[in-house]
Amino acid sequence: MKMTAFSSRVAKEIIRDPLSLIFGLCFPVVLLLLLSAINANVPVNVFDIEKLTPGIAVFGYSFLTLFSAQLVSGDRCSAMLIRLFTAPMSAADFILGYMLPLFPMAVVQSIVCFGTAMLLGLEPSVNIVFAVLLLLPSALFFIGLGVLCGTFLSEKAVGGLCGALLTNLTAFASGAWFDLSLVGSAFRKICELLPFAHSVYIGRNALSGNFADIFPDMYYVLGYMLAAMIFAVIAFMRKMKEA
Amino acid sequence: MMIRISDITKSYKGVKAVDGLSLAVGDGELFSLLGVNGAGKTTTIKTMCCLCPFDSGSVEIGGFDVVKQPEKVKELIGVSPQETAVARNLSVYENLVLMGGVHGFSKEKSKNIAEEMISKFNLSKFRDMQAKKLSGGWQRRLSIAMALVSDPKVLFLDEPTLGLDVIARSELWDVIRELKGKVTIILTTHYLEEAESLSDRVGIMRDGKLLFCGKCDELVSGTGAKSFEDAFVKTVKEGKGE
Ligand SMILES: Nc1ncnc2c1ncn2[C@@H]1O[C@H](COP(=O)(O)OP(=O)(O)OP(=O)(O)O)[C@@H](O)[C@H]1O
Ligand SMILES: [Mg+2]
Repeated sequence: MKMTAFSSRVAKEIIRDPLSLIFGLCFPVVLLLLLSAINANVPVNVFDIEKLTPGIAVFGYSFLTLFSAQLVSGDRCSAMLIRLFTAPMSAADFILGYMLPLFPMAVVQSIVCFGTAMLLGLEPSVNIVFAVLLLLPSALFFIGLGVLCGTFLSEKAVGGLCGALLTNLTAFASGAWFDLSLVGSAFRKICELLPFAHSVYIGRNALSGNFADIFPDMYYVLGYMLAAMIFAVIAFMRKMKEA
Repeated sequence: MMIRISDITKSYKGVKAVDGLSLAVGDGELFSLLGVNGAGKTTTIKTMCCLCPFDSGSVEIGGFDVVKQPEKVKELIGVSPQETAVARNLSVYENLVLMGGVHGFSKEKSKNIAEEMISKFNLSKFRDMQAKKLSGGWQRRLSIAMALVSDPKVLFLDEPTLGLDVIARSELWDVIRELKGKVTIILTTHYLEEAESLSDRVGIMRDGKLLFCGKCDELVSGTGAKSFEDAFVKTVKEGKGE
């Protein structure tokens, strides 16, 4: 009850912030259109729509970190969170309240992204549904990371770190639109220590029906997801004790 | 006693914000905490609202220990923080309903209370306006109204009249007088006439210590000053603490 009241407020805050909708939904679509247009003229293997779409979907998720971090950080800096900390809410009420409204957002992002891809020639198949589902742990990772960042960072720092840095990191370290080994095998190795490329590999394998191949990538993603969630919960609970 | 603070100390990196403070406030009493900037009023309030872990001592609200039973304490209290605290993208009405919701009230109940607060604080003109579009003083009124939604047994008002116009201030005084006797209220303010006219007792703080605690006329007669304001100035300038 308390949690649903709080999460419906969080949902309203997201929906009423037009910038977040534009960035989260339109930016990936624009990228998809742009890169496929390039692809039509200069055929590059990695720009094939089957390879590109999961990458763009994961890139879109990086905005979930920005949104969730902005929400938490904004509440912290505006004394709203202080007020809410004096209400009889548990840490779970807060954390779920912040995170739950972002799940449907992630699903809508994926649907918009894969829907656009179908208009651009991605063959409709049931694998698209599996790809969306198997990308969800990645979305959870990004959401947890956002709550973690929002608990520590000021609103300004959130804009820089989660907005500029993380979205670029996701774009470049995920191999969404170029083959990582093109930069060099060292770069590739470093990128594969991070979860971004693994998320994209999962999406690509799911899309082409190679479900056996989503491991070990899925282990990386699940590991990062759990770590992000656990650290977010610990950090938030500590913040609750000393607001 | 509704509030019982025993010998609490709270330091921030060497600065003692609260220093060996003890205080008891009775059920239904209105107690004002006075003191210059940085005296430790807000920090003292925070310790009572489970917002600030302290180094030593104990705080009980309604018989519950704020450290051991914060969930019980939070059922009893309503807080209007020193800084205006509203959800900026939510309307006035939605902000008030949210406060009911986070206290576990049903939707119906939250909605009814929200309407009640809107009329009590004359917010009906702005009912559906987003909080960020209100002027500072109106945001302030909303922030105070939000503290009352849960029908608290103990109400903390940290500089509630800050930034309010004369009319709004006198209206808020009426609201506070209406609550007097029913709700235990801890108020901080820099307007001494406000403290004098509303409080049952006042406490004067400096450097985290309580210099005086008692009735306003006791303060005036005890210091031999002409007015409450003179007595306050005298106490703060000369007082060395109890
Ligand atoms: N979060 C914090 N970190 C470090 N020091 C703090 C913090 N909060 C308060 N202090 C210090 O504790 C002391 C008491 O501050 P407090 O906010 O309680 O004063 P106050 O009486 O409410 O003052 P004001 O009338 O200006 O609101 C001050 O010296 C202040 O600098
Ligand atoms: Mg203060």
